[in-house]
Amino acid sequence: MTTASVSATGLVKAFGEVRAVDGIDLEVQQGEIFGVLGPNGAGKTTMLRMLATLLPIDAGEARVFGVDVAREPHRVRQLVGVTGQYASVDEDLTATENLWLFGRLQGLRSANARATARDLLAQFGLEEAANKPLSQFSGGMRRRLDLAASLITRPPLIFLDEPTTGLDPRTRGQMWDTIRGLVADGCTIMLTTQYLDEADQLADRIAVIDHGRKVAEGTSDELKTSVGSSTLQLQLADGADQHLATQVVWRVVGREPVLTPESGRMNVPLETADGAGDVLIGLRQAGVTITSVSVAKPTLDEVFLALTGYDAGDAGQSDESSRNEPLVEAR
Amino acid sequence: MSTVTASQTPPGVMARTHVVDPATAVARARPHTTLGETVSQTLSMAWRALKKMRRNPEQFFDVTLQPLLFTAMFAYIFGGAISGIAGSAGVKAYLPLLIPGIVAQTVLTTCMATGVQLREDMEKGVFDRFKALPIARIAPLAGPMVADLVRYLIAAGLTFAMGLIIGYRPGGGAAGVLGAIVLAIFTGWAIAWIFTFIGTVARNARSVQGISMMILFPLTFLSNAFVPVKTLPGALAAFVRVNPVSHLVSASRDLANHGMISGEVGWTLLAGLAVIAIFAPLSVYSYKRHI
Repeated sequence: MTTASVSATGLVKAFGEVRAVDGIDLEVQQGEIFGVLGPNGAGKTTMLRMLATLLPIDAGEARVFGVDVAREPHRVRQLVGVTGQYASVDEDLTATENLWLFGRLQGLRSANARATARDLLAQFGLEEAANKPLSQFSGGMRRRLDLAASLITRPPLIFLDEPTTGLDPRTRGQMWDTIRGLVADGCTIMLTTQYLDEADQLADRIAVIDHGRKVAEGTSDELKTSVGSSTLQLQLADGADQHLATQVVWRVVGREPVLTPESGRMNVPLETADGAGDVLIGLRQAGVTITSVSVAKPTLDEVFLALTGYDAGDAGQSDESSRNEPLVEAR
Repeated sequence: MSTVTASQTPPGVMARTHVVDPATAVARARPHTTLGETVSQTLSMAWRALKKMRRNPEQFFDVTLQPLLFTAMFAYIFGGAISGIAGSAGVKAYLPLLIPGIVAQTVLTTCMATGVQLREDMEKGVFDRFKALPIARIAPLAGPMVADLVRYLIAAGLTFAMGLIIGYRPGGGAAGVLGAIVLAIFTGWAIAWIFTFIGTVARNARSVQGISMMILFPLTFLSNAFVPVKTLPGALAAFVRVNPVSHLVSASRDLANHGMISGEVGWTLLAGLAVIAIFAPLSVYSYKRHI
């Protein structure tokens, strides 16, 4: 059994009254890509910044490869590379100068730092832009340079804060390939993302964070099963049928639908789209009339709806929604 | 510019050859930076600051224009009044008093820019990386200050040069003037720590500027930089006598005008060291806490 790359218990960060991170436990194994999924303001970045020694930890404990983050920050900094949400490279220097500077700061000799800079620029396809001012860089180039800057000393753990937010699909795919390449080299990656798709494509395991708490954790498959692979959206003709409809759905697919009582709408999570037919037949036989029906793939919103009982968009009423237990809590 | 040595491999070849091993990395990770590393990191940060200066030459406006303008202005406006001799003879008589004063003033103004620029810099994303790197916390603060030595040198050098042009003939000779310049640079560097500290605590660059002005004006004008102390009322004279700027000005006058290393030099050095001893740790502490 190897030491966990990251192990955190009861992490807390409070900004005044707001508890941005409110008691999170995490365990990231070596060599895995661990995704932290959540909407804006969920506390993902705050958590990452605490683990990367950029923010003091208010309560709880965190270790990186067994090294205590609060007690030995300098050692932790030698083990992690951090690539932030906003480019953390110097706008007034060229790409080469940036990498050279970061290499020098980390103890490389001048010639060595220059060679490493050139290798990294080649690896990230930035050779042609090596001596251009950063103001001429595109968003994707900046992100790549930023990631390259985190790799100078080849740290075994890399934190990526929303590495593809704002990138076009092609550049996003390139970034994904790069991240997979790092794991092939033996790195552990912990990344935050707002995209279910990204977590799905990349992450071995995913923690869903909301309001500073972890609401679920598991593999992408486990999370999907919890919300179904697709969702049947129904509009009942008569809102009073809701109770009956719920019973029918439960009998047919063994799941509880998510209800919107005022409008008589209900969402049924399904393992396969085939289940939709069974539900519809069941409803017909029970005499429940529906006015509209559609089948959709689950979205991040639905993961949230299923896991927390409210929309990712309208935060705030988390207390009454605790009826939905975390479905795939850490095993 | 690229200097290729024989041992270097072509681009791309090195990629994917390092396999990352966490256990080795943990074993190698050291708990602190050594003094040598701290110095080297500070110099790397100074290199960065110098690069930035070269790319933004407008940063040199204050250190070039102010000495030229203020030296001429103060000399011709106050020269006659303070020396009590009308005309250009009065100006000439005032210069030995004025020039060391202007040197102190311009160097101090330059210090203020150190704090303002640090604050602006800290807002940028790259400071996040500096914080995440395993480097001495003092390096990002001290680096730009080392680079600023160039600015102090320009400010002090130009002031003396301007003085020479309008008729200043320092009695201390070249060695005396050089001594005065070195002393001014040291004091500037020391006092810059005060403004660096303000840079780390203030809300934004504008407030750094505001707070710094409030410190700078009393410090320079309530000194003997422009007028003899004996012309001042009692209470004011008492403050002026303990003001470290007065010590710098007196020491510079002794050096430049008489080629004499007086006790004032000692007081100036002591005051400078005291400022560093107090404000360097405070700055680092505040920088660590920031954000």
